[in-house]
Amino acid sequence: MSLMTEITIFVLAAFVGFEVISKVPTTLHTPLMSQTNAIHGIVMLGGLIVVGYANDPLEYVIGTIAIAFGAINIVGGFMVTDRMLGMFSKKPKPKAEAADGKGGGGK
Amino acid sequence: MIAEAVLKPGGDAATALYIVAFSLFILGVKRGTHPTTAKQGNLVAAVGMAVAVVTTLLLDGVGNWGLIALGLGIGTAVGVIASVRVKMTEMPQMVALYNGVGGGAVALIAWSEIRHGISLGETIPLDTLIPVLFAAVVGSVSFWGSNIAFAKLQDLIPTRPLAVPGQQVINVVLLIGILVACTDIAINNDDPSQAIFIAVLLAAGLLGNLVVLPIGGADMPVVISLLNAFTGLSAAAAGFALDNVALIVAGTLVGSSGTILTMEMATAMNRSVANVLFAGFGGAPAGGGGGSTEERPHVSIGAQDAAIKLAYADSVVIVPGYGLAVAQAQHAIKEVGDELEKRGVTVNYAIHPVAGRMPGHMNVLLAEADVPYEQLKEMEEINPEMPRTDVAVIVGANDVTNPAAKNDPDSPIAGMPIIEVDQAQQVIVIKRSLSPGFAGIDNDLFYEANTSMLFDDAKKAAADIAAEIQNL
Repeated sequence: MSLMTEITIFVLAAFVGFEVISKVPTTLHTPLMSQTNAIHGIVMLGGLIVVGYANDPLEYVIGTIAIAFGAINIVGGFMVTDRMLGMFSKKPKPKAEAADGKGGGGK
Repeated sequence: MIAEAVLKPGGDAATALYIVAFSLFILGVKRGTHPTTAKQGNLVAAVGMAVAVVTTLLLDGVGNWGLIALGLGIGTAVGVIASVRVKMTEMPQMVALYNGVGGGAVALIAWSEIRHGISLGETIPLDTLIPVLFAAVVGSVSFWGSNIAFAKLQDLIPTRPLAVPGQQVINVVLLIGILVACTDIAINNDDPSQAIFIAVLLAAGLLGNLVVLPIGGADMPVVISLLNAFTGLSAAAAGFALDNVALIVAGTLVGSSGTILTMEMATAMNRSVANVLFAGFGGAPAGGGGGSTEERPHVSIGAQDAAIKLAYADSVVIVPGYGLAVAQAQHAIKEVGDELEKRGVTVNYAIHPVAGRMPGHMNVLLAEADVPYEQLKEMEEINPEMPRTDVAVIVGANDVTNPAAKNDPDSPIAGMPIIEVDQAQQVIVIKRSLSPGFAGIDNDLFYEANTSMLFDDAKKAAADIAAEIQNL
C-alpha cells in the first residue's frame, strides 16, 4: 500500500470518527470511551505479525507481552463495556430487594 | 496447522476481511452513541474485532504459534477475570488500566519492529521508521500516563495534584530531548541505534508520568479519555509501519472519536483540555482548605430528622456522588425515593456530568437500582428547579455542589458548573465526615444555616431514612 493511499485512509477515517461521535448524551461518555478503548486493542494484530518474524529471544518476549497486553485490552475492554451497558437494559426483576432496607445494616 | 488457508498480507482476501472488520467498528461506535442501541453496538464492534484477529492469524508469515497461544491465553484470562471481578465503582480505573496496556502493546510492537529492521541490516525506509517512532513515543506516554491515572483513581497514590518544582521546564526539556533523539534515529536510518531508541522509550515513559502526576483526581476522566485517543493514534501509526489497513482505520477512528469525547467531557466541566493538562487544579490553593476549617459550626442531624424533613416536603432532589458509589447505596437510595413517592413527594435525581469519577457513572449505578430514566435529570435541567425544591439530599457528593465554584473567583474549581443545591430551601448532606472532596478543597455549603449534615455511610443512612419514613 502506498504512503499516499494510507494517508487518504487516515484522513477519511479521522472524519468518520469526528462525525460518528457528535452529540453523545453524557450518560454514554464512559461506556463509549470504554468501547473505543477496546477497539484500539486492535494493536494486538501488530503483536501477532511481529512475533511471526521474531528471531531472537528478546523479540519473542517483547512480542508475546505485546500480544498479552493487546488481548487484555480487547477482552477486558469489551467485557467491561458490556457490563456497564448491561445496567441500561430493562430487567424484568420483581421487587426482590424490598425487604433488605428495613433493618438498616451496613454491608 | 492451516498451511493451505493462508492469506497474503495486503492481498485482496485479507483486505476484504479487514474492511468487514473496520466497518463493524464504525457501526459499533455509531450504535454506542444511543442508549437503546449501545449494548448491541459494543457486540457489533467485538464481532469486528474477532474478524480482524482471525484474519490476521490466517496471514502468511504469522507463526510462532506457541508464543501466540501463550500471549492470547494470558491476556484473555487476565482480561476476563479482571472484568468479571471489578466492582462498578472501580470501572473508571479499569478503563485506565486497559488503555495503559494498549499503549504498552503499541510501544513494544514499535520496539520489536525497529529491532527487526536493525537485524536485517538494511536501511529502514522513513515511511516505516517515522510511524514507528511516533508509535513508540505516544504508546509509552499512554502506558505510563494511564498507569498513574489508575493509581490515582485506585488511591494508590494521592489524588491531589503532585507537582515537582520546575515541572513544566522538565517536561519541555524531555520533549525536546525525545524529538532530537528521534531525529537522530531518522537521519541514521541505515543503521539506527537501538540504545537511543530505548532511551526514547524511557524518556517518553517519564514524560507520561510527569504529565499526569500534577493533575488533580477530579480531572482524571478527561485525562483518561485523552490518553485513550492518543493510544488510538499510536495504533494507527503502528498500522502505517506494518502496512495494515485495519490498524490504520481502527486506530484513527479511536483517535478522532476519542478527541471529540475528550472535548465534550472537558466542556461538561467548563474546562479546556489545555487547562486540564497544564494547570491542574492549581496545586497551591488546594492545600489550604484541609485542616484549619474543621472548627467551623455546622448542623448535624440523625436519620429520623432527615426522614421527617423529606416526608413532609413537596419536592425532593437527590444529588448522588462518589460516596454513593463507594457505599453501594444506590438500592437503598432508590428505596428512600420510593417511600417518598408513596407519600406523594416529587422525587428527582440530579446528575452532575462528572459526578462520581466518570461521566455517566451515576446513571449506570442508578439504572442498576431500577431508578426510572425519567427521574434522572441532567444539571442544566434541574438547576432552574432548585429554588422551587424543598429539600436537596446530597449523597456522598461534594465538589459538584460547592458554591465556591460560582462565588469565589479564586477557588481552584472556580467556573466549574455545579448542581445549585444552595438554591434549595433546605439541604441534607449525607457524608461520612466534613473532609474535603476530590479537588481537595473545603465546601462552604456544609456550614450554611439551611444545611444539615448527616454523618454516616451512605448506604446505612439511606436505609435508616427509608425505615424512618415508613414509621412516620
